[in-house]
Amino acid sequence: MDALNMDNALGEYLPVLIFLILSFVIGCLFVFVNFIAARHNPDPAKNSPYECGFDEFGDSRMKFDVRFYLVTLLFIIFDLEVVFLFPWAITFGSLGLFGYLSMMAFLGVLTIGFIYEWKKGALEWQ
Amino acid sequence: MTATLLTFYLFSSVILISSLMVISSKNPVHSVLYLILTFFNAAGLFVILHAEFLAMILIIVYVGAVAVLFLFVVMMLDFNLSREKDNLLQYMPFGLFIGIVFICELIIVLINTNLDLANIQILANPFSNFSEMTNTQALGSVLYTDYILYFQLSGIILLVAMIGSIVLTLRERTGVRRQIIVNQLDRDASSTELKEVASGEGIDI
Amino acid sequence: MSVVTLIFDNIFIILTILMWSIVVFIPILIGVILAVYGDRKIWAAVQKRKGPNVVGPFGLFQVPADGLKYIFKEIIIPDGSDKVLFIFAPILTFGLAIGAWSVIPIQMGAALSNINVGILYIFAISSLGVYGILIAGWSSNSKYPFFGALRSAAQMVSYEVSIGFVIVTVLMCVGSLNLTDIVLAQKDIWFFIPLFPMFIVFFISALAETNRPPFDLPEAESELVAGYQTEYSAMPFVLFFFGEYANILLMCAMTTILFLGGWLPPFDIAPFNMIPGFVWFLLKLLFVFYMFAMVKAFVPRYRYDQLMRLGWKVFLPVSLISVVLTSSVLFFFNLAPNLI
Repeated sequence: MDALNMDNALGEYLPVLIFLILSFVIGCLFVFVNFIAARHNPDPAKNSPYECGFDEFGDSRMKFDVRFYLVTLLFIIFDLEVVFLFPWAITFGSLGLFGYLSMMAFLGVLTIGFIYEWKKGALEWQ
Repeated sequence: MTATLLTFYLFSSVILISSLMVISSKNPVHSVLYLILTFFNAAGLFVILHAEFLAMILIIVYVGAVAVLFLFVVMMLDFNLSREKDNLLQYMPFGLFIGIVFICELIIVLINTNLDLANIQILANPFSNFSEMTNTQALGSVLYTDYILYFQLSGIILLVAMIGSIVLTLRERTGVRRQIIVNQLDRDASSTELKEVASGEGIDI
Repeated sequence: MSVVTLIFDNIFIILTILMWSIVVFIPILIGVILAVYGDRKIWAAVQKRKGPNVVGPFGLFQVPADGLKYIFKEIIIPDGSDKVLFIFAPILTFGLAIGAWSVIPIQMGAALSNINVGILYIFAISSLGVYGILIAGWSSNSKYPFFGALRSAAQMVSYEVSIGFVIVTVLMCVGSLNLTDIVLAQKDIWFFIPLFPMFIVFFISALAETNRPPFDLPEAESELVAGYQTEYSAMPFVLFFFGEYANILLMCAMTTILFLGGWLPPFDIAPFNMIPGFVWFLLKLLFVFYMFAMVKAFVPRYRYDQLMRLGWKVFLPVSLISVVLTSSVLFFFNLAPNLI
């Protein structure tokens, strides 16, 4: 695939971008074909949100448990931790003992946080 | 260079339009989705600068994590479109104030930064042997040793964020029966008790 | 140079890439169709049924026939839904699930694009999968999809953390983020032998990440009807279904690349290394997919609190400890790659 190794702004990323766009276009195409090929005769009963047979009551976008919110918050923090680990994982061999201990200290600090949330019961799901 | 320019204009114009839509669209969920589009194109700009690691991190952290939280918060809100119009004037002075402060800061930074255009190549390439390694390796080779203070500080900030989020959001629910696996597995026949119940009388436990 | 001439000059390059893109796309399409078929056949065999066997030879045309049927079905858009987002959500799921395949190398040098940060790209794209589900659940304006989407989102983010740690563990043995380098680093020993616990954690997290049984709570029929897909019909539903299986195959490919040595033959001796690499890759992918299907057939569904406990209280500490242990072993025995 030497043809792909050309000099452009995105370099190796141009195929990635084109492929991503192509897959979205094909997705749209499927829906478009469906829109043309299928017939449409909506009626109120068909279009009402599903609720086990009876008419829906209340707003469907209701308030939900704050725990979902807590899970995403904790996820962000651990995700950042993983992100910090990526460059370290591929260079730690050449960083020496200092780089190694530096990361261990970082992980130690976050492990304290992890133990704290475990003890607080933030990881319990009820 | 024109291919680079064209790509740059493509990405940056999408950024400008979608960030305008973030603040102007009526529905907050749409705002968050436009914000995600903005992040995506910003990642595209990073790719043009050959900062591929940063581009991916921008998507992983901002789109894959932070914006999910935004979407959760926005979905959680019981937003009412008519009410928000009334509040527009109320928040206007405050918003203007913050905007002006931010612009002033930017101007001060621009005036005080001595951007030496002759040495811009050095600014963009701080590593002497940069061409021999990927930018992830370049980042890794300095972040954990030369910039250890910032690295450890960010660890502590993460710790504070973790504790803060638990303190702010964790509410103990009462009347919930949790599954305690140890107790469940420890049970044997001796912990149960058989009782004869006379018909029509019941029993006190 | 004007924009028109610029595009004209590059049109050959873009057309070449488009051609290769289609070359990559068609096998994914066929692969997904075969995966759905294989899944049903394996599941049927476990339950002593025959599975699809009427349409075409061995029932092979059952899945395409089903797909074709959906084209002529009505797209029902519920009242009060956000119509644009309602249609956009399945397209997003589909596009992302397919789009991630552009960096997967099925043989030495045989990938659409060999980017330096391939593993990060896949990690990023798979972390976006949560949006299709969240948007679908929110835009449907219906209760079951909304709860299904919330559950699914919380589940996916929980297991993404341990997937991240597992990837870091593998990267420490490789010293590069490039997928080809990751495969080539397994020349001596496939990583699933030294990193066996991580292999298990990755496999189970992959099940949870793709909402496969036993972690298919977002679409638990007995509680949530069909989860976030409840209001979907016709082609948008097919796109969700397709995206789900494309994601499963992607996770199988990831397991193959990270732990099973990608396209490398098991022994580098005469009868084995004469078979082309992509055959090995497909065989390994098939094996992982077989395990996915068997888990679906054998394991009962988890309860939601059990699922969260497994993710946060078992996998997260285990993978964190393994990062520390692996790095210590590599560091103090001077085994780490990239030593200067």
